This record gives sequence, C-alpha cells and structure tokens, in this order.
Amino acid sequence: MMVAEFVFYLFAALTVLSALGVVGSRNPVHSVLSLVLAFFSTAGLFVLMGAEFLAAILVMVYMGAVAILFLFVVMMLDVDFAQLRRERVRYLPLGLAVGVVMLVELGLMLGHHHLVEPPVAAVAVDNTLAIGQALFTRYIYPFEVASLILLVALVGAVALTHRERKRLHRQEISQQLARTREDAVELRKVASGEGA
Amino acid sequence: MAEILNMVHAMGEGFLGPLLWPLAWVVIKVILLLAPVLFMVTYITLAERKVIGAMQVRPGPNRVGFFGILQPLADAVKLIFKETILPTKANKGLFLLAPLLTLVPALLSWAVVPFSPELILADINVGILYILAISSLGAYGIIISGWASNSRYAFLGSMRSVAQMVSYEVSMGFTLIPVILLTGSLSLVDVVEQQKDWWNVIPLAPMFLIYFISVVAETNRSPFDLPEAEPELVAGFLTEYSAMSSGLFFMGEYANIVLVSFLGALVFLGGWLPPLAILSFIPGIIWLGLKAAFLMFVFLWIRATFPRYRYDQLMRLGWKVFLPVSLFWIFLTGLVIQLYRGM
Repeated sequence: MMVAEFVFYLFAALTVLSALGVVGSRNPVHSVLSLVLAFFSTAGLFVLMGAEFLAAILVMVYMGAVAILFLFVVMMLDVDFAQLRRERVRYLPLGLAVGVVMLVELGLMLGHHHLVEPPVAAVAVDNTLAIGQALFTRYIYPFEVASLILLVALVGAVALTHRERKRLHRQEISQQLARTREDAVELRKVASGEGA
Repeated sequence: MAEILNMVHAMGEGFLGPLLWPLAWVVIKVILLLAPVLFMVTYITLAERKVIGAMQVRPGPNRVGFFGILQPLADAVKLIFKETILPTKANKGLFLLAPLLTLVPALLSWAVVPFSPELILADINVGILYILAISSLGAYGIIISGWASNSRYAFLGSMRSVAQMVSYEVSMGFTLIPVILLTGSLSLVDVVEQQKDWWNVIPLAPMFLIYFISVVAETNRSPFDLPEAEPELVAGFLTEYSAMSSGLFFMGEYANIVLVSFLGALVFLGGWLPPLAILSFIPGIIWLGLKAAFLMFVFLWIRATFPRYRYDQLMRLGWKVFLPVSLFWIFLTGLVIQLYRGM
C-alpha cells in the first residue's frame, strides 16, 4: 500500500508540474512536450485506480496521435518569440478569468461530492469488458452520436483542405495499369528515304 | 523449480528484509528479462551483416573472434569511446533525451511479452493494448531528435518518419483487432492459448501479411527506410547524431525489430505452441524463439532484396490499400464469428 501511495504522489506531482510547464514554457514546443508528460502521468494515475483500459487508450489516442499532430503543427509554425512574450501580457486577463472560472467550478464540484477514497475499480471485473458493455448497451445512442460528430469533423476537415491542383501531375496507378501496348506504341512502316 | 524459487525468496528476505526484497525481486526479474533482449539486440546486428553478406556472396564481418562472433562487442566499444558531438545550435537537453525516448519504449513493451504461460513479467489483461500504446510513443524520440538537432535534413527526416509511423500504426493496430475478436481477450497469454487448434495465420493470412509489412514500415526498415534515405536526406533524423547517441537510436530500432518479431510469432504463429502435437517434447520457449528468429530473418531478407519505396507510394499503400483491406477483414471476422455462434 505504501508503494502505491508513493507512486500516486509521484504521478500527481508530475501531472501538476507538467501542467504548469504547459502554460509556463516560453517555447511552444516545450509546452506541447509538457502536455505529453501530463498525459503520461495521468495515464499512470489511471493505472493506479485499476483502469488500465482507459490508461492504454489515453496513451494511444492522446499521446500517440493527438499530441503528435500538435507537435507537428507547432514545430512547423514560424514562431516569433518576442511577439509571443508581448502578447502574453495582452492575454493575461483573459487567461486569468478562464482560470478563475475553472477553479470555482472545481471548488463547487469538490463541495458537492465529498472527498472520498478514489473509486478503485473492482479487480475481479475486466474493465475492458465493463466499458464495452456500458458503451454498447446503456450509452449506445450517445456513443453513436459522438462517432457521427467525429465523422462530420473528419469529412469537414477533408472538404475544407482538399483542392484540385491542376498543375500537379500525380501518379494514377489505374491509368498506368490500363495502358496497353496498342495505346502506347504505334508501328509504322517507313519507306527508305521518306522518313522525316 | 518452485523449491529453488522459494529458496531464493527466503535468502533474499533474510538479506534485505521483507520490505526491500519485493522491490529487489522486481529489479532482478527486469534484469533477467532485459539481459537476453539486449543480447538479441546486439547480435541481430551481426546477424544482419552476416545474412546480407551471404545473400550478396561475401563473407561479412569475420575478423573479430571466430566468424566475427565478437564484432558487436567491438562495435559497442567503438561507439562508447567515440566523442559525442553536440551541434552548437541544438537544444541540448532534448537532443540528448531523444535517443533515450526511442530506446526506452522499445524495452518497456517487453514487460508484457509472455515466453511461456508462466514466464511473463506482468500478465496484465490488456497486454496487446499496452504494447500498441507504448509503441506509439516511439515516434516522440524521432520527432524530438529532428527538432532538437536544429538542422533541416534532420527535421525533414523526422517529419517523414513520424508521418510514416503514425500512418502504419493505424494499419498495424487494425490487423490485431481480428485476432482480439477471435480470442475475446486482450491478454497475450490467452491469444496464444486460443491458437491450440489453428494458428491465427491460417484464418487471418492476409492480416499477417499486412501486419508484417506494417511493422517493417513502423520500424523504419528497408524498403521503407525513407526517413534516413541517404540520397536525399543525408541520414534523416540521424544526421547530427554521433557516437553512442546514434548507437542508442540503432539499439531502439533493433529492439523494435526483435519486439515486433516476437509479437508476430505470438499473435499469428501460435507463440510457444509446437506446429505438430508430436513435437511438443521440445520446450515451448524454443518454438517461440525459432518463430521469432524466422520473422527477424525475413526482416533482413527483405532488406537485401527490395529497393526503397517512394514516399507517396508508401503513404498510398498505408492509407488506400492496407486501411480498407484491414477494416474489411475486421467486419468479415466479426460476421463469421457471429454466424458461427448462431449455428
């Protein structure tokens, strides 16, 4: 038990520190990397609570896909550090306001639900199975609606960014394969002395 | 076996006390697991040079020790004693962290790899998911190395590499889903035990093929080694790395090859189960080793055989061929299982 507690405080401290790193780093790339660390330590906390399925999905989806795409975008941006620092002061009130709202919400939550022991998933139950059953029976409609929304976002992203580029020559494999000898080669008999 | 274990436990508790001993025991188990893994990682480099040498009708390294058997040690010593050069404009901390971020996930995944029904460090019930999750972290080492090097070649190489890894991770994950459907469990031990009658490669042959090609791409191996395509990108994300820091990248790459070979053997080739019941007198761990060794050999064989892919062809293969085919197979497998149960 003592080891579990120690690990809990380790991950909790890591989560808070890396979350501070997200907002505090001067370099946006460091911010994203701190975010990744925050995801990782949160996954660690999930494991401690016996929710290994959630932890694995968190690592796979958020760290393995979402944060990588963040990193991609942030790395390719042409960042002007001086301007970033100037804007920091400009956006400080807004950021603080959002922070205060979140803090109040958190406080209200804690006020309603008394601080109890973290809910430890029953060890005997396979939590992958439990989540699957809950998602596909009780919450089937919200689940399907959520996936439809994701699909709309997907199609929307493609529709917004896709454009025909006329001047670009792409490799069309079906065209290449459909080419026959007859289309490509023309044999002519040229009388001697008459060829151009 | 159990008596020896009890003796070791008793001795350890006497030596370290009941509080420290369990921790020490975990450390001992981790070392016992990682030592053979690292041994395989060092010797697959020699195997690679020998196999490719044989395929190109030349002897390969044969100067250090008998048949060059000590060559990996010589390489390691050379890499350790060379100077690690830090580029002046590099982001120092991240530059040195990046190789570790490639190697560590490759080693972490071994925690859930079973070598026999009992011989497994952590028999968690989401084993496959854990491996997929951890292996998706390998991309960080590469993307960070490209950015921290502050060099254009490295950056382009790492961008390519990450795009490639993210794309092929999808199809690799999808090829494992039919297996999970057949097993009804995410535990690797269950996955192997379920293959008692039929190895998964028989009903899921196309998935095995896609899995193997995807992991070749995922580990950035030839013919998908575009990230370090030397004619265009010098050496991709490896350009600025020298000595042991680049050695760590290679160790990560080879550790991944060994890992995905073992995973392929476990998931598709029946793991420690013998191909015929008569052959069960040979211990399971040897069968597993043979199957994994075969897959590793195919990795090397492919490298000696195929020319490099073009980048757009690679992306096309991943997204337009493997993704639809594996999605279709997921539906097909689900349908067949449902019909079979209905009968």
